[in-house]
Amino acid sequence: MNGPHDLGGQMGFGPVAPEKDEPYFHAEWEKRALGITLSCGAFGAWTIDESRHARENIPPADYLSASYYEIWTRGLEMLLERHGFATRGEIDAGVKQMEPATPKRILKADMVPAALARGGPCDRPVETEPLFRRGDKVRTKNFNPKTHTRLPRYARAKVGVVEAVQGSYVFPDDNAHRKGENPQWVYTVVFGAGEIWGEGADPTLTISVDAWESYLERL
Amino acid sequence: MKEMGMSADHHHHHHDHHHDNRYSDMQARVRALETVLTEKGLIDPAAIDVIVETYETKVGPRNGAHVVAKAWSDPQFAEWLKEDATAAIASLGYAGRQGEHMRAVFNTPETHNLVVCTLCSCYPWAVLGLPPVWYKAPPYRSRAVIDPRGVLAEFGLTLPDDKKIRVWDSTAELRYLVIPERPDGTENMSEEELAKLVSRDAMIGTAIAGVPA
Repeated sequence: MNGPHDLGGQMGFGPVAPEKDEPYFHAEWEKRALGITLSCGAFGAWTIDESRHARENIPPADYLSASYYEIWTRGLEMLLERHGFATRGEIDAGVKQMEPATPKRILKADMVPAALARGGPCDRPVETEPLFRRGDKVRTKNFNPKTHTRLPRYARAKVGVVEAVQGSYVFPDDNAHRKGENPQWVYTVVFGAGEIWGEGADPTLTISVDAWESYLERL
Repeated sequence: MKEMGMSADHHHHHHDHHHDNRYSDMQARVRALETVLTEKGLIDPAAIDVIVETYETKVGPRNGAHVVAKAWSDPQFAEWLKEDATAAIASLGYAGRQGEHMRAVFNTPETHNLVVCTLCSCYPWAVLGLPPVWYKAPPYRSRAVIDPRGVLAEFGLTLPDDKKIRVWDSTAELRYLVIPERPDGTENMSEEELAKLVSRDAMIGTAIAGVPA
């Protein structure tokens, strides 16, 4: 979707503000928000792709003014409600009002080190050979789906070169909508800044995205 | 019936306005969330403590600095890192969440690498820990791909005009670690000493490695 999250090339947000000796957390609630988000991810009820898409669905004005842990919290509440674990009303009231759905697992303290060490690999075998090879010239797809995609707007309908075949991975455009993992080959595709930004682009700049095979057509 | 409809609409409208206020006090909101989920037996507050402790004390940019220092000191390791970063990094004990599929990109005299996630906040947690606020915020995510030199200047880094800049937008599940150039005058330094020259920002690409004091 062309949501507020797709920020590449937008203007007007002002300078980057690096903070010297930045702490990992700026408030206690940020720690809890991180831990709650990861704990709820362990339910096994949604995928990372569905959770990214939930965050993308935050209304633009809210998304752009929220801190990142607030974005996570808003996204998490959508997922908890959608999957029957907790309603907005319960969180508003701060008390349990209904029995929750049954999660596949509940993350206990002693399970955390192994769960973090395992992570969530999303490489998957595919039956087909890669359609493209290093050095192939490709054009990215032009589309504006209302659904989740990982092809940013700035990199649509652009001509680039395949720099690497990176393996085959879960396809987020489907997986975010519970349509299956449907893995595809992923390629690093490099573009000259002139192709992306046109007039006035920095001639020394190249930009790459990692693109699923169905985002690409051969030239 | 019509009146009831209007009333429902009005209620909905009112509800939407209320929505914004829900997040005006995040401390209270997140506490309520944790309370409800704990009461339902869905989360374990002690697990949250372990998660937080892990990212406050165990997983951070020291991990990545170790990888870089090793790559500078050991050409065979550097080769391995180029060929199979996930395995090379795992050999030092760094793996897992948001480090499952690693790629190392090497700065050279000709090219400077810079990593961004324009679509969210993808970041190599296993080697750098949790990302800084600026990495997740709109100014960096919007401008890194269109005006990287302007962004780098805000970090106090000015590159030569003819230096090529390569920006990596982390749009898939590959996570990028920048291997900065080894500073001059460090030939006799140990891995431990070298690691101290490698900042978090140097491994994102918004800085270069420090010079020895």
